[in-house]
Amino acid sequence: MKKILLMGNPNVGKSVIFSRLTGVNVIASNYPGTTVEYTKGYMRWGEEKVEVIDVPGTYTLEPTLPAEKVTVEMLRQAIEEKQSVVIDIVDATNLERNLNLTLQLLKKDIPVIVALNLWDEARHIGVDINIEELKKILGVPVVPTVAITGEGIKKLVETLPEAKKGNYQFENAERWHEIGRIVEKVQIVKHRHHTFLERLGNFTVRPLSGIPTAIIILFLTFKIVRFIGEGLINYLLNPLFNNFYLPLITKAVDTLLPIKFIHNLLLGTTLDPLGSFGVLNAGLYIPFVVVLPYLFSFYLALSFLEDWGYLPRLAVLLDNIFHRLGLHGYSSIPIILGLGCKVPAILATRILETRREKIIAIALILASAPCMPQTAMIVSIITPYGGNYLILIFGLLFIVAVITSFILNKLLKGETPELLIEIPPYRVPQLSILFKKVWLRLSSFILVAVPLIILGIFLISILDLLGAFSFASRTLGRPLTFILGLPPETIFVIVTGFLRKDISIALLSPFHLTPEQLVVACIFLVLYLPCASTFFVMARELGWRSALKLVAILFASGLLVGGILNLIL
Amino acid sequence: MEKVDLTQLEEGENGVVVDIQGGHGLIRRLESLGIRVGKKVTKISSQFMRGPVTIRIDNFQVAIGFGMAKKVIVEVTE
Repeated sequence: MKKILLMGNPNVGKSVIFSRLTGVNVIASNYPGTTVEYTKGYMRWGEEKVEVIDVPGTYTLEPTLPAEKVTVEMLRQAIEEKQSVVIDIVDATNLERNLNLTLQLLKKDIPVIVALNLWDEARHIGVDINIEELKKILGVPVVPTVAITGEGIKKLVETLPEAKKGNYQFENAERWHEIGRIVEKVQIVKHRHHTFLERLGNFTVRPLSGIPTAIIILFLTFKIVRFIGEGLINYLLNPLFNNFYLPLITKAVDTLLPIKFIHNLLLGTTLDPLGSFGVLNAGLYIPFVVVLPYLFSFYLALSFLEDWGYLPRLAVLLDNIFHRLGLHGYSSIPIILGLGCKVPAILATRILETRREKIIAIALILASAPCMPQTAMIVSIITPYGGNYLILIFGLLFIVAVITSFILNKLLKGETPELLIEIPPYRVPQLSILFKKVWLRLSSFILVAVPLIILGIFLISILDLLGAFSFASRTLGRPLTFILGLPPETIFVIVTGFLRKDISIALLSPFHLTPEQLVVACIFLVLYLPCASTFFVMARELGWRSALKLVAILFASGLLVGGILNLIL
Repeated sequence: MEKVDLTQLEEGENGVVVDIQGGHGLIRRLESLGIRVGKKVTKISSQFMRGPVTIRIDNFQVAIGFGMAKKVIVEVTE
């Protein structure tokens, strides 16, 4: 099949153009390195169906980093297959630097078309590019685009058949010289004043003003996430579930299938959604009433910070602290992603250069905080006992994470590379795009996680009704639960955690544990094992051996911390 | 003209890159990011305790670790 490769510098809008061309929504953000794995989609080219590939961004085809090598390899394959086309996406506001990649692409044996993206932003800051002249010099089509509004995309598609191999002649050693000549011919830059967003950008990256601002932003983000999440649960979803859904479904089940076993399986033995485990009761209560509101509010806040362009600046401010753990500041981005879900967070560690950094960063991602579904469950189950227990859980986890990565940093040989990243300009997030992105993230939870939660609840209620758990708790549950000071029956909670961690926390509810026991159980359940999906991603990124080793370390630290807490609390 | 490295350049000061005192790999990496001899830079910020330096070139900004920033020599202008 014919392929179209979208290539360009990081953060020039490749993913947005990809979504426009294929109709497939992918996560796009305002910082370099959002796309770490290539995404495929399809579009029509005349009568033909062609594959479109969103290639991770690169500044050069002479790779200096492992992530860039992947990109170069994908291009090599496409050239070999002979029937592919490259859309080279160029940031019009930084023509000179972007042309470096363009000229390298023109030397390759593959047809190229240039999309001059961020065309509106370029004009806004006083950059004018003579497109006709640029086309003439490069010898390939050049189309100005504004991916975010869709401007120029139609023209880009229409112009695709005119893509051709470059015939621009130059000595590779003279490349920058050539680029300078081209830019001089085609670009006029008008003098302009600094915009408000630019000054804000500088203000937030200078330590004296930036550090207090960062504290305020993080605090506000936390407050807003809590306000929206809690508000949705208390004033909308909880009343809806308890006052309308539950009475209705209870009546329906009891009228249609008046059998006790069926009733218990579908609705549980108590009416309290977390008191027992019915597929139609807890199976829907956990994902939609407890987890979804927090997931929504978290991703709303995260997506806003991403699209605004704040995260790289935060990374710069945090660089110093992270160096003490053997990482540089950019690893704060995967760690922040990990507050939502560990899977994309671990994938995002590909922006780090060395294996050593990846291992430390993944340890921090896993241990520093639970994923949002688990957090939501912990908040819901602990809140009745007071906020101090919540602070204790999250505080202890944070300390464990810092100590673990500190030790890993000492054990693993090698140096921490220095920070070297592009800081994107601040951009005003567009609401429609923001909500699309939040929806994209939520839909993957609804499509993948919700069925798993319901399946998990179903299996648990069947096994429970069959008496399997009392057997398990008499045998293998003993030693583990003894160390942690938990009732032996909780062993099945620990087993299910590998499926979905939010379920395992929810399963604690019927045991009526003391708040101290809940603290021990929550901390242990966060640390002891990653969930299955996280584990497979870890194994893919690090290899089975390292992934297993890391899991063993975290299991040991979970058991150690849980055991100590059991003794002192 | 005064020659300093990027860590010594003051916040808000401008300069022109005159030398990158590093190996081939570093020069190439900085070059691909648009930092090379002859480019005008403006210093935006530097963090406490040998933290990274942020600079502006053309219309983009780059944050550079302290050690690397030490190797980029600029001639201070105006």
